[in-house]
Parts: sequence; C-alpha cells; structure tokens
Amino acid sequence: MSDDIQHVVLWLIPAAPLISAIITALLGPKLLRYKSHLPCWSAIAVSFVCSMILLLKVLPSVEPTLVTTGQAATKGMDPDALAATAKVSQVVASGYEWFSVGSMQVNVELRADSITAIMLCMVTGVSLLVSMFGSGYMSHDPGYPRFFAAVSMFVFSMCMLLLSGSFALLFVFWEAVGLCSYLLIGFWFQKPSAAAAAKKAFVVNRIGDFGLIMGIFLIWMNFGSLDFIKVLGDSARIAAVESANPGIIQLICFCLFLGAMGKSAQFPLQVWLPDAMEGPTPVSALIHAATMVTAGIYLVARCTPLFVLAPLAQLTVSGIGAATAAIAALTALTQTDLKRVLAYSTVSQLGFMFMALGCGAAGAELVTPAVTAGMFHLFTHAFFKALLFLAAGSVMHAMGDVIDMRRFSGLKHALPITHWTFLVGAAALAGVPLLAGFWSKDDILAVLAAASRGKEEYRVFFGVIRVVAVAAAFLTAFYTFRAYFMTFWGPEKFPEEAGHHPHEATTIMAWPLRILAFCAALIGLAVGPTHLFANRLQQTMGLTPVTDQHLHWDIMAVSSVIAIAGIGFAWMLYVASPKIPAAIATTMKPLYLLSQGKFFLDEVLYWVVVAPLNGLAMLCTVIDRCLIDGIVDSLGTIPKAMSDYPRKLHSGVVSSYAGFMWAGFVTAVVLVLVMF
Amino acid sequence: MTPDSQRFLMIGAGLFILGAIGFLTRRNLILMVLSAELMLHGVSLTLVTFGRMHQTQEGQAFTIFTLTVAACEAGLALSLVLALYRKSQSLDIRLWSELREADAPSPLSDEMPENIDLADPYENIPKLTPAGVVPGNQTRSSTSTGATSSART
Repeated sequence: MSDDIQHVVLWLIPAAPLISAIITALLGPKLLRYKSHLPCWSAIAVSFVCSMILLLKVLPSVEPTLVTTGQAATKGMDPDALAATAKVSQVVASGYEWFSVGSMQVNVELRADSITAIMLCMVTGVSLLVSMFGSGYMSHDPGYPRFFAAVSMFVFSMCMLLLSGSFALLFVFWEAVGLCSYLLIGFWFQKPSAAAAAKKAFVVNRIGDFGLIMGIFLIWMNFGSLDFIKVLGDSARIAAVESANPGIIQLICFCLFLGAMGKSAQFPLQVWLPDAMEGPTPVSALIHAATMVTAGIYLVARCTPLFVLAPLAQLTVSGIGAATAAIAALTALTQTDLKRVLAYSTVSQLGFMFMALGCGAAGAELVTPAVTAGMFHLFTHAFFKALLFLAAGSVMHAMGDVIDMRRFSGLKHALPITHWTFLVGAAALAGVPLLAGFWSKDDILAVLAAASRGKEEYRVFFGVIRVVAVAAAFLTAFYTFRAYFMTFWGPEKFPEEAGHHPHEATTIMAWPLRILAFCAALIGLAVGPTHLFANRLQQTMGLTPVTDQHLHWDIMAVSSVIAIAGIGFAWMLYVASPKIPAAIATTMKPLYLLSQGKFFLDEVLYWVVVAPLNGLAMLCTVIDRCLIDGIVDSLGTIPKAMSDYPRKLHSGVVSSYAGFMWAGFVTAVVLVLVMF
Repeated sequence: MTPDSQRFLMIGAGLFILGAIGFLTRRNLILMVLSAELMLHGVSLTLVTFGRMHQTQEGQAFTIFTLTVAACEAGLALSLVLALYRKSQSLDIRLWSELREADAPSPLSDEMPENIDLADPYENIPKLTPAGVVPGNQTRSSTSTGATSSART
C-alpha cells in the first residue's frame, strides 16, 4: 500500500469525527435537529473502517523498523536481553509544525503502531454502537444535536489522543477528552447534581493532569524531546538519562502515573467516576466505561520502556490498582443504584488492569505478558462494560428514568432483549468460562501468579496483590449478579414513573445491544487463546514478542470456580433466600455502612482537602476585602478630594462656561504675548 | 498705521468686546446668537483692515469665506434655537442645564413659569419685538415685550 493511501487512512480516522462535530455544532440546532445523529454515525463509521484497514492491512504491510527495546537497558540483569531488539511496525503521517519555542519543536504528527491500532478499532467500534444506541435513547431530548456534536468531538479527541506521536500532542487531547467528558457529564446542566458532578470530574482530573504535565516537563528536561520515538524508542538513551541523573526515571514514572490515576479513576482519585453517572447513559457507556477512562492504562502501557526502569513506580501501579480494585468492589456490594454498581465495577476493573501493568517489576521477562494482560483486559472490558451500561440504559429508559434497583424487579419477562444481553455482559464481567472477561481476567491472574514467583524481594508483595485480585474477582462475580438478580428476577415490580406497560428497547437500541452481546461473548475466545491479540500487541515499542505462549489451565480452573462461586452466592442471597442480605446488613452494621457510604472517601477528601482549601479561600477573601480593598479604596479617595472644588465649576450655566472659555483664551493670549 | 486703520481696528475690537459681553451676560438664546455674530463681524472687520494695511487680498477673501460660513452658522443656530423653543416654550438658556453636576443647584429661579401651554406650538413661535409702525395703524406700537425678557408671559 502506497504511502499516500496510508496517510489518507491515518488522517481520516480523526478528521471524520472532527468534521462531523463541526457540522453538527453549526447546523444541528437549526437544520439537522433530530437528524443530528446522521453525520455522527457516518463519521464514526468512516473512522471505524479506517481503523480496521490500519490494523489489518496497513500495519502488516509496513516494513518493520528495528527498535531496541526497553529491556536492553536493564544492563547486568540479563545478558541475553542486552542485545534484544524488536521489530516495530509503525506508520507516521506528519502534519505541520504546531509551534516551536527555543529548541522545542512540536509537530502535529500522527503515529500509529499496533497498540494504537487495536485501541482505535475498539474505540471507534464501541463509539459507533453507542452512538446508534444514543439516537434511540436520546430521542425527544431537546439537546439532541448538542449530544451528537459532543460525542463526535469526543471520538475525534480520543482518536487524536491515541494517534498522537508526542507527549505534547497527547497532553492536548488528554485535556480535550476531559473537556468532552465534562460537557457530557453535565449534559443535563439544569440538574444541579449533574452540574456538580461535571465540575467534580473536571477538578479531580486536574490533580492527575498536574502530575502528567510535570512528568512531561521532566521528560523534556532530561530527554530534550517529547517525541515517542525519540524518548521511548531508544533504550540506550533512556539508560544514559538514568545514569546521568539516578532516580529521574522513577520520578517521571510517578508523575505520569499520577496523570493515569486521575483519568482512570484510581484510588484516591476515583471519587469522580461514580458521580459521572449523572450524564446520559450512552455517555457513561462510551466515555466512563469503555474508552476515556482507559486512557490512563494506555499511557502506562505506552510508557513501558520508562516503567521497566522504575520498579518502585511499577510496584506503586500494582499496589494502587489492587487497593482500587478491592475498595471499589467492596463499595459495589451495597450500592442500590444500578449505574453506580456498574461504575464501581469499572473502577474495580481498571484497578485489575493496573495490577497487571505493574507486574513487570518482578522480572524483565514478565514485562510483556503484564502489559499484554492489562491491555487485553482493557480490550474485552470495553465491550462487556459498554454492553452492561447500554443494557442499564435500556432498563432506565423502560422504567421512566428510575435506576434504583429497590424500586423495580423481575424485569426479565417485560424486557427480554435487555435481559439476555445484560446477562451476557454480566457473565462476561464475572468471568464465566469462555466469555470475554474470563480470558482476560485469567491472563491477569496468571501474570500475578508468575509475579509472585518472580523476584525474591517482591514475592510477598505480589503474593498479597494476587490474593486481593482473587478476592476482587469473586466480589466482581457476586455484585454483578446481585445487580442482575435484583433487576431481572424476583416478583415483577415497576415504579409508577414507568406506567403500567414498560416498553422494551426500540430497534435502534436493541441492535447495538445484540452486537455488543455477541462481541462480549465471543471476542475473548476469538483473540485470546488464539494469541491473535497478544501477537499483534507485542509489535509495540518496549515489548518483546513472547514465543512460548500457553494457556494456564490451572488458573483457568481456579477463576472459573471463583466466578461460579460468586454467581452462586449471589443467587443464594438474592433469589433463594432474599432475607439473608438484610440480616447480614443488621448484624454487620458498621461494615455495611462503610460500604454503603463508599468508604466515606468523599467525606474524607472533603475534610482533608476541600475544607482546608475553603478555609484558605475565606482567609484570602478577608484579606482581600479588608486589607487590599482598603488600600485601593483609600487611594481612590485622593482624586475625589482633588476634584471636589473644580467640580463646582460644572454648574450647567452656559454663560459661565463661556466665561471660563473666554478667561482661558485671554490667559493663553497673554502668555503667548509675554513669552514670545 | 494710518489713523483710518486705527479707527477701523478699534471699532472691530469694540464690536468683539460688545459681542463677548453680550454673550456672557444675556440669557436669551436669540440674543446670544446675535452676540456671537457680533463678535464674528468684529473679527471680520479686523481682517479686512489688516488686508488693507498690508495691501493684500487675503484679508478680504478670507472675510468673504467667513461671511458665507457665518450665514450658514446663523441658519443652523436659529433652527437650533427654534427647536429648543419648541421643547420648552421659552428662550431662556438656563432651562438647558441638565448636564451639570448632580448636586449643583439649578440655575433656574422661581421667576420661571410653572406651566407652559403646549396647545398650539406654532402660535408661540418666538418673534422679535415688532418695531416701527404697524401697517394701517398710525399709532406707534407700545408693546415692548422684547426678546430680551426671556420668558413669554
């Protein structure tokens, strides 16, 4: 395939949604109105087709370039890895120079390799289905054009985030997806809770972005470049930087991970994600489950060549991931809002991915399987979590926007399509054998198991993480099916908002559900055990293709048992004997309240962060009002005092004005005569 | 400087000063316009005199221009006066003192009329005091409610 066609394909991926966003924003409110989904659909379809071409046609046809991998830099540890090089196929399409300051030059340049292409296919595919669902879900909403303009804008930003070839451009679109997320969380901005949630998401993300930009500054100071190829592709240079300034890579990695924590909602910054459920459900499915929140995972995976040199940062990644997975899973146990259960499950699954990403600390040979496992879980998670959210949206649509699981039950006869698609998604999330989540979760558990047998000094650490992961996997199966049983089983009950006959999803909403259910069921089987995913992903910078890939039968058996046990436990508590949960709640009241209150993290953050800052702001207000304003105001009285007398001349009497003019004229003439 | 020129200059200066005094002291709009015209013509006379003294044409030519402009200006000024009169039914300049400091006292005193009859504004168009003999009437007009008494009584 010629270079030109490659570049057209590459540019079309972000350009199509951008054009759609502009068209919808300009023409939507007046001209397109309830046809605003058309540009959005067609643009995302174009992006999706181009992404598939990129993944299946362009990248295999590119001549792989030799890039020394990150492992070569771990000198002394593994003599064989020293010479390790990897063949990396990538496509680069240069745009134009965006700006250049001093020696810093930032180009708008698209760069695609395997990890990018895989993410792009996933993002555009899910976006396409979600936008189709959205046109059914949002019909009759007055903000219909605005919704599709923002979704197009989001797809554009996300594609650019994935395609950007340098940290500078990545940061720009990192912020752009945050902006789109803000706009869409606050889509119903008339609702105070939605406006507050949007603000909270934006502010909490700023904390992470601070870390990210600090990391980018450090990279710039130490590498003199922000280009991925220059920074990440040259392991000798990374080693030189590390030896010139020991610990600097560690610091960079911590900073970058802080950014990832904000975007991917990791403890303690995860508080914004459950609140983000105030947005329309398709948005929750697209941005806050499948795509944007995985940007943090992508960043850490992308920066693998840096992270391999920072074992402490990797341990932190794993540790934070484990803490998040556990806390979110425990919180999800008692939530009664269906979307919030799914939100906490998203947080928990993101924690799983981070747990896997950090496993490289236990040994250089684990880096590639670790990143592969994390990215694979990201990939499968996108499908089944988008499916679950869309199914929850369908429930919400049918129940007249009621999402509290206590107010409806037994919906399986009223909403058959929603019911079985939700069941597929829930089973995939729980890790039922052969479904998507099973393969990826199994990969993660396998990597954790290998890590706990890895380096001597980290064995205990990864052993603990592994136990947490297994426990979280059990909890995942339990709370997912708790939500399923509470919603679809039991006596048939509808809230009064739904009317007497809840309506099943319309065609345009049902088909995305079916397609996603199909994917959630089979995509893991298609690309997991066949190593299609792993082989393709491992052609990325910093990863070495692993040749001896095999299935971990023992771990599969364990995780199947865990999943089935979790589901069985949920069935026992919520179908067989529904009195037990209330009994447990009363006997273990403090624990129940802790989970119900989301570990009071919002309150803790309020008292630790928000309240002191509020106090500082009030102090500043007092100083501003009394001291600064006092000085300024007293300065302001001087001109007033000076003008008090001349002001009297302004009497409104024309004759007196004429007299002053006359006097002034005479004075001027006399002065001129005297002086010259 | 010839004695002639000296006299002309003195008359010019006198006209100018009279006009200035009139402009500063009168409160009647029409008389203020007239005073301004008086000043203008004092200056014109001076210009002509200087032209004559220096045996050049500029003074004369310039005066012609001045007179032309003065004619236009007089037309404008009188139409403005008329417009102001239509608004207030009075020629008193003190009525137009809105743009003073808020706390400055109004220049209007109690002598101003309270109510102004707006019934037929065209009846009340300002007229200069009729002068001379009324046609067809041999007795001299004794009305002296000139424009100087600013308010129409």
